Amino acid sequence: MPREIGDVILEVEDLHTYCFTRYGTVKAVDGVSFSLRKGESLAIVGESGSGKTMTALSLLKLTPRPAARIVKGAVRLEGEDLVNKTEQEMRQIRGRAISMILQDPQTSLNPVFTVGNQLLESIRIQNPNDNKPTLLRRAVDALKQVRVAAPERRISDYPHQISGGMKQRVVGAIAIACEPKVIIADEPTTSLDVTIQAQYLRLLRELQEETNLALIFITHDFGIVAKMCDRVMVMYAGRAVETGPVRDIFNHPSHPYTQALLRSVPSMDENVDRLYSIEGQPPALWDLPPGCRFAPRCPHADDRCRTEYPPSFEVGEGHTANCWLLEKPGSKVENSTKQEASA
Amino acid sequence: MTDATPVLEVRNLKKHFPVTSGLIWQKVVGWVEAVDGVDFSIAPGKTMALVGESGCGKTTTAKLVLRLEEPTAGEVFANGMNVHEIKGEQLKEFRTTVQAVFQDPWSSLPPRMRVRDIVAEPLIINKVASSSEIKERVAEALVSVGLRPQQADLYPHEFSGGQRQRIAVASALVSRPKLLILDEPVSALDVSIRAQIMNLLMDLQEQFGVSYLLISHQLATTRYMAEEVGVMYLGKLVEKAPTKELFDKPLHPYTRALFSAALPSHPDVEQEEIMLTGEVPSPINPPSGCRFHPRCPFAEARCSVEEPQLRELAPGHFVSCHLV
Repeated sequence: MPREIGDVILEVEDLHTYCFTRYGTVKAVDGVSFSLRKGESLAIVGESGSGKTMTALSLLKLTPRPAARIVKGAVRLEGEDLVNKTEQEMRQIRGRAISMILQDPQTSLNPVFTVGNQLLESIRIQNPNDNKPTLLRRAVDALKQVRVAAPERRISDYPHQISGGMKQRVVGAIAIACEPKVIIADEPTTSLDVTIQAQYLRLLRELQEETNLALIFITHDFGIVAKMCDRVMVMYAGRAVETGPVRDIFNHPSHPYTQALLRSVPSMDENVDRLYSIEGQPPALWDLPPGCRFAPRCPHADDRCRTEYPPSFEVGEGHTANCWLLEKPGSKVENSTKQEASA
Repeated sequence: MTDATPVLEVRNLKKHFPVTSGLIWQKVVGWVEAVDGVDFSIAPGKTMALVGESGCGKTTTAKLVLRLEEPTAGEVFANGMNVHEIKGEQLKEFRTTVQAVFQDPWSSLPPRMRVRDIVAEPLIINKVASSSEIKERVAEALVSVGLRPQQADLYPHEFSGGQRQRIAVASALVSRPKLLILDEPVSALDVSIRAQIMNLLMDLQEQFGVSYLLISHQLATTRYMAEEVGVMYLGKLVEKAPTKELFDKPLHPYTRALFSAALPSHPDVEQEEIMLTGEVPSPINPPSGCRFHPRCPFAEARCSVEEPQLRELAPGHFVSCHLV
C-alpha cells in the first residue's frame, strides 16, 4: 500500500458521553480511548446501541442536545482539546479538520437544493473570497475528484434526479471539499447495492491514498473491516472491549464477544454447517450489569466477571482486550485504573 | 431427495408494469419489465435463494408467487395448483400453505395487536381451526420459535428486534405452510441476532419439512441457508446452480462481479477484481441483447444484439451468457 501511516492526529482519552433522560442516565459512551494516525483507517465495530455512533458524534460535539453531554474525557486533535471548545470554535473544525459521511445519502442531502448549491456551502467556507464562477469551478473539481461523470451537468441536478450511488459520491465530495484531516464514515455503504458499495469503498481508498486522510469507519460489518481497515476497536454496551491490528483481531480474537461475533457471521468462502449464535441480547444502557457487560451472554463468565469490570490486558503488540480470562501472571495490566474506578 | 411434485414451480413468469403519462387520459408510454421470463422450482424441504441488486425483480417475483400481483405472462404452481387461477376453497388452501416473513419486523407487525392475535391471524382469516384449537396452535408456534406461550398477551413493542422476527416466523408457521417466502429475513437485525434467526429457520425447516424461497442480497446468507441459488439481473435469471457449485465456479460475468464485490471474510482473502462501471440501468426499455452487456467487461459485438438463453452447462447449472 502506498499509504504512509504518520503521526497521531486524533487522540481520544477516557471519553464518557451520557444521555440524561426521564428514565435515567444512558451511558452511551462509557470510557473509550483510542488514537488515530495520519493515513490510517480505524474501524469502530459494534451492534446498534454499542455506542459507536455516539463516539463519532462526540468527536464533533454533535451529540443530540440537550439530552447528551460529554461528561468526562478528552478529544485531542493534533494536541488541541476539543471538548471545551465553544460552538463557534467547533464550526471552524467541523468539515475543515474533521468531517463526516453519513449513512443514508437520501436523507443527508437537502431535497430542495441542487447538488452544486450544497457543495458550494462547504466550498465557500474554505474559500470565502472567491467569486461565484471560481466557486462553481471548484465544485466541479470536487465532483471530478469523487469520479462523478459529467460533473458540469450534475451540478445543477437536484438529489432526486441522481441515483443512490451518485448521491453518496456527492456526500463524499462535500465531506472532502474542505480538505479535512479526518473523515468519519458512519456506515457509509449500508444503503448501497453490493456492486455500488465496492465502487464506493474503492473511491474512499483512493481518496485516502491521494490525500493521506485518516479514516474512521463506523460499521457492524466485519467485511468492511477486513477490506478497508488497519486497526479495529470492538465496542460493546458503551465500552471498547478489544482493540488491535486488523489481522490480529481476525486471527486471534481475544475477547469472547469478538470471538463469538466473528464466528456468527456466515462466510462467502467456505461452507459452514452451523453458525455459532450468541444467545440473549445486549444489555439496556440504563441498567447495566455491575461487572463485565458481556458476562450475561458469555459462555466463560464466572463470579468475578459478574461483579468486577475487567481492565485491559495486553495480548499482542498493540492488541488489548478487556476480559478476565486473559489475566496471566505475565500479562501486563495497562494503566487504565481510572476507567475501572468509574465503573 | 425424492422426485415428488415440487412445492413451487415457476414457469416463464413475466410481470411488466405500464409507465403512464397524462393525468386523466392516461397513455402507456413504456413498460417496466420487472420480471421477464423466470423459471425455477423448489422441492419439498429445500431452500432456493434469489440474489441480486435492487431493481432486479426478486421482490416482484416473490409478490407474484404470493399472488399479490397478477403476472403478465407465465404460471406459478404451488403444490400443483395454478396460483393465479384458483378460487374458493383451493385459494383458501393456498393462503394457508404459502406464507411470508418480511425484512423489517418493526413495520411488518401491527403495533396495536397482541402477539396472540398476530400469530393467530392466518388461522382466523382462513377459518381453518376452532377457537380452542387456535389457542393451542398459537402456543405451539410460539414455543417452536423459542418464545414462551405466556408472551402471547404482550404487544410487539415489548419485544426486541430478534424476538419480533421470531413472532413474524411464528405467525407464518402457525397455519403449517409448505412454503415460506423469506424476503431479506435477517438484514434488518443486529449482527449477533442474525445467526440466531438463521439457525432458527434452518431448525424449523428440518422439523417441519417446509420449503423456503429466500430473497436476499447477501451472498454469505444464501450460501449458509440455500441449496440452490438463482442470480437475477434486470428481471432475468442470469445464472442458476446448486449453491456449492455456484460459489466454487461462478460462470456468468455478472455473478463473478457480484462475488468480487462482496466483502471478504478475512483481511487476507484474495478476491478477483472485477469492478463494474456504472449502475444497474433502468428496467424501462432495458438494454438490447444481453441486458448486462453495457456493464460487462467481456462484452462482444453480438452481446448487444442477440439475447442469450439459459443453457445447462453442468448438471443443474444454468447460465445465460454467449461467452461461457
